Amino acid sequence: MSGKTLYDKIWDAHLVKQRDDGTALIYIDRHLIHEVTSPQAFEGLRLAGRSPWRAGANLAVPDHNIPTTSDERSQGLAGIKDPVSKIQVETLDANCREFNIFELEMNDLRQGIVHVVGPEQGATLPGMTIVCGDSHTSTHGALGALAHGIGTSEVEHVLATQCLMQKKMQNMLVRVNGSLNPGVTAKDVVLAIIGEIGTAGGTGYTIEFAGEAIQSLSIEGRMTVCNMAIEAGARAGLIAVDEKTLEYIKDRPFAPHGELWDQAAAAWLDLVSDSDAEFDRIIELEAASIEPQVTWGTSPEMVAPVTGSIPDPASEADSIKRSNIEQALQYMGLTGGTPISDIKLDCVFIGSCTNSRIEDLREAAQVVAGKKVADNVELAMVVPGSGLVKQQAEKEGLHEIFKAAGLEWREPGCSMCLAMNADQLGEGKHCASTSNRNFEGRQGFGGRTHLVSPAMAAAAAIHGHFVDIREINS
Amino acid sequence: MKKFIVEKGLVLPLDRANVDTDFIIPKQFLKSIKRSGFGVNLFDEHRYLDKGEPDSDNSQRPINPDFVLNQPRYQGCSVLLGRDNFGCGSSREHAPWALDDYGFRVIIAPSYADIFFNNCFKNGLLPIVLERAAVDQLFQEVESTEGYELEIDLASQTISKPDGSTLEFTVDEFRKHCLLHGLDDIGITLEDATEIQAFEAQWRAASPWYFTTPETS
Ligand code: SF4
Repeated sequence: MSGKTLYDKIWDAHLVKQRDDGTALIYIDRHLIHEVTSPQAFEGLRLAGRSPWRAGANLAVPDHNIPTTSDERSQGLAGIKDPVSKIQVETLDANCREFNIFELEMNDLRQGIVHVVGPEQGATLPGMTIVCGDSHTSTHGALGALAHGIGTSEVEHVLATQCLMQKKMQNMLVRVNGSLNPGVTAKDVVLAIIGEIGTAGGTGYTIEFAGEAIQSLSIEGRMTVCNMAIEAGARAGLIAVDEKTLEYIKDRPFAPHGELWDQAAAAWLDLVSDSDAEFDRIIELEAASIEPQVTWGTSPEMVAPVTGSIPDPASEADSIKRSNIEQALQYMGLTGGTPISDIKLDCVFIGSCTNSRIEDLREAAQVVAGKKVADNVELAMVVPGSGLVKQQAEKEGLHEIFKAAGLEWREPGCSMCLAMNADQLGEGKHCASTSNRNFEGRQGFGGRTHLVSPAMAAAAAIHGHFVDIREINS
Repeated sequence: MKKFIVEKGLVLPLDRANVDTDFIIPKQFLKSIKRSGFGVNLFDEHRYLDKGEPDSDNSQRPINPDFVLNQPRYQGCSVLLGRDNFGCGSSREHAPWALDDYGFRVIIAPSYADIFFNNCFKNGLLPIVLERAAVDQLFQEVESTEGYELEIDLASQTISKPDGSTLEFTVDEFRKHCLLHGLDDIGITLEDATEIQAFEAQWRAASPWYFTTPETS
């Protein structure tokens, strides 16, 4: 019999009951909660007279709706101008109090984007099953946890039963061989993978990312990769546990301490796919061939290297693909054949659960240090992923570098990643964004998003159009 | 949950691949803490010509006459015909809530994003997967025939066309059972409460590190 994949191992360890029809009851170790997808679930619990199965398994934090200017934040809940957003945040606070759920409230120093906060607090541990009513829960797979997004009915289901009813996915391995060239980051790797397999390429699979290039990434870089597994269609992305994983987790508040840590760490090192494990699908990429990536369309798979051009729909033989390209270009206000470096930017957004951790901010700060944002860029903003990231960045003086270059330094939250708060991209404006989705209207009605790495976004801010970061660095 | 047994209705052809959940229901409508009322904002950015807000009076907004949902011949539709990777993007259950609230009961497409597919079943919506060729054929027939209706019978897993021919589809047995009887997942799972408790006790003993909290560690 062949060995087990990492996914198989975690799945098997959490199997409560297998039903004959292939569905299984899976135990959930950690449930993360934010304000947008939870109110209806708590309401459901109340209506049915149920209470959380294990309140201690939950961690809540508001992130999507909260304002990011210091002025608004300093006013607390009263600073949320949109009354509907405010109700949602208040509802989360009230629900957590009522059901005895641990919440990091809006102005807690530890507050931030739920997928930044989980790992940062050590609430994300290797080998766990983790769910959240948010598709980017795949992020947590970077620490060897089986983590995926769920809908609100499932949020209620997990609250009430600590379990989910699921069908097992298939196993996919994406191996990135060799080492990355300087200037090429985790974001470029994952965009290149999506460009290769498409936004539905991972549908029905759990993707394990492996290979030298993945192993050599920092834990934060691995989070960037797993974060976008969902953009490749996979609900969950996974990376094997190694010494770096343990080092990252040690001493974090939720992590085990003392003797329990030693036992856990020993157990976690086994969280790798067996050498004879079989995958249903294997994709290989050569790291050396990956260049800095920029999306030009309205789906993350519409991506090209910065040295490339926007595809010409006329040369696309498949009629459905051609019309997709045409629709995207029309929305983006771009013409096929244009070099990527000719795309002009009005806005730059550095933030989101994909790229708002300390290493991302360092990467961006390095590029803008001593320079000025280009005149045609109306708004450039940096939104740290959590209060702790912000604090660390300020300790290192990164905020001064950003401000001196003309970028705004904001309070932590989702911000213009999905523009549920006041941070919205204007109609027809082009934004270089370190977030994960370039769908129509994602960053604001009529807004045009280009997904890039933090360094590429920073360079675009300085030059006013896309530039190859490798040329700037050299 | 609403039962699903048989649905006969007009078919809306939404000829576009990768319809994402932002397309289905833009994020400004996610601020509601309710489950209902999303139907008027289904496909908001395409259906209306201006930008909608949760407190907009939708009856006063300029509608986009070119958008398929606004065409007179599709009014009252309950079956949505889509393309590949339908429902990709966020996990928001507001997407199926909006479709359901508008009046859709069935979606037919060659493929779906996993989370959306799952969310449909939890809300009494039936997402059906058909082969690409069959979907192409349906698009042609729907677009060329005004008043085109399909009848979907879940028990027999068949779709009947106006010409009397039928298509078969597959559906997971457990999900079919839940839809046919309108069963609530949580109630079903709680029937296994003893097994969950037993599992939890053994898991806590084997991996106590997953049960620490900042207060207790
Ligand atoms: S940062 Fe963006 S993608 Fe991440 S959780 Fe917030 S809204 Fe979702």
